[in-house]
Amino acid sequence: MKDKVIEKLTSLFKDNIIEVSEFRGELTIVVKKEKILEICKFLKEDQELSFDYLVDICGVDYYREKNRFAVVYNLWSLKNKFRLRLKVYADEPDLVVPSVTSVWSAANWHERETFDMFGIKFSGHPDLRRIYMPEDFEYYPLRKDFPLQGIPGSIPLPGQEKVKIQRD
Amino acid sequence: MEEKIEKVIESLGRRNIETELGGDPLGTEMILNVGPQHPATHGVLRLVLKLDGEYIVDAVPELGYLHRGKEKIAENMTFLEFLPHTDRMDYLAPLSNNTAYMLAVEKLFGIEAPKRAQYIRVIVSELSRIASHLVWLGTFAMDVGALTVFMWCFREREKILSIFDLVTGVRFTTSYTRIGGVAQDITDEAIHAIKEFIDNFPKELEQMEKLLNKNRIFIERTDGIGVITKEQAIDIGLSGPNLRAVGVPRDLRKDEPYLVYNELDFDIPVYEEGDCLARYYVRLDEMRESVKIVRQCIEKLPSGPVNADEPKATHPKKERIYTKMEELIHDFILTNFGGTPPVGEVYHAVENPKGELGFYIVSDGTGYPWRLKVRSPSFTNIQALPLMLKGYMIADLVAIIGSIDPVMGEADK
Repeated sequence: MKDKVIEKLTSLFKDNIIEVSEFRGELTIVVKKEKILEICKFLKEDQELSFDYLVDICGVDYYREKNRFAVVYNLWSLKNKFRLRLKVYADEPDLVVPSVTSVWSAANWHERETFDMFGIKFSGHPDLRRIYMPEDFEYYPLRKDFPLQGIPGSIPLPGQEKVKIQRD
Repeated sequence: MEEKIEKVIESLGRRNIETELGGDPLGTEMILNVGPQHPATHGVLRLVLKLDGEYIVDAVPELGYLHRGKEKIAENMTFLEFLPHTDRMDYLAPLSNNTAYMLAVEKLFGIEAPKRAQYIRVIVSELSRIASHLVWLGTFAMDVGALTVFMWCFREREKILSIFDLVTGVRFTTSYTRIGGVAQDITDEAIHAIKEFIDNFPKELEQMEKLLNKNRIFIERTDGIGVITKEQAIDIGLSGPNLRAVGVPRDLRKDEPYLVYNELDFDIPVYEEGDCLARYYVRLDEMRESVKIVRQCIEKLPSGPVNADEPKATHPKKERIYTKMEELIHDFILTNFGGTPPVGEVYHAVENPKGELGFYIVSDGTGYPWRLKVRSPSFTNIQALPLMLKGYMIADLVAIIGSIDPVMGEADK
């Protein structure tokens, strides 16, 4: 199954596949973010592969110069009982990744969560709102430059004025 | 005369509903807010409903009232230090969560627990599956009006909590597993208590079923209510008993066998209807299968150590720390800096009582996870709620929310 996925993807999307790696028996394929929607659509609709079940989407902040943010897609094929991890990289200021909600509706909340926690925007998402944090919250808490204890005053107590903090 | 009346009404301050509500004087469409503080939402789930009379036109679930930032916390502590936080996610089945988390960490470190520890983990996760389903059954039956079942379920669950007390030392927030094993070996007293429980439990379950299976009120409130089709369920990513209630036989214990599940004989109950009643039957059958698994595990339980011999990853025994230099050094290093896993990323999922619970860990080679993502089943199950609610009456709301078994500690993380 592993070889089939790699073979099909590399033959169809040649230059858009950046890296194929394996760790502890798990297959990870890094692709170009512009092509993610197309690749997901192919993976789902291909009769043989049929990755019809989206398990999870999450973001990662690597906190480095290039390829700082990653969006990780965790797919499952009900037919083949096979797991596949797709990964795209994105950088500021163009922190936009095409949304895959049109392929799996399950992506809706997972992408909202990723947006809420990392500030990664998903183009074409029907309802990109914050999911956990208050709507007027100005930061992205799972980024590495957000402190663990939070930013004092960023969530005002009832009846309290919001404290503006100058960031350098 | 009419003019006069109108003038009087105007002077009384009557509002012109027709113009104010935009030509909908009867207000057939209405927005209703349910929760976050509502007994039927099982925690702090908030739902905004759009109603047409008594029928639900649309529903928007809102999360975040229990968001504690578990993933951020995880990045700032060693792998073992995060373990107690997993208790507080799905707080109805903490032992399943402990097992799930440790399996992911062990996969990252590349170590495996000894056979005896694996069997113990299976026993405790299946017992917590029964405990979780009992809470679900009790509250679900209470939601639709059967109060006795609730009492009976909690009585049985109490017995399981007492068993946990014997096995782990605590009843509820267990933190029982360790990297490469479990905190302590299972005693003969605990095994005896488990045996006694699994011998009695099927009879008790039958009694509960007798109260519900032919109960007209229960059947009418659940049969054909909250239907979701197979295609919708796969598309929205339902998992666990909710997915098996629409006819998809997906169970990670069979599909991706972990621990010793491939050495055990059990079935995956699957129902086709996809309504509240099917979800009820799936969970009841699952409890019976769990009893079967626990019984086999107790028969097969091998002797031997319960902790892997991996000094660079697992904490040494207390008595050895005080007497041996090597162990003292390892304990110091592991406690202060954590074990050092290889650079890489792993995902490991287990079949939790609620569905697929997975941990995705990105490691940069230090003792702290660089990123830890929890794939919680309740999160995706709640996402499917609008699909189940649309078109049903507001009285069905409590039955439908109850039937998908959400735990907000897990959905909000």
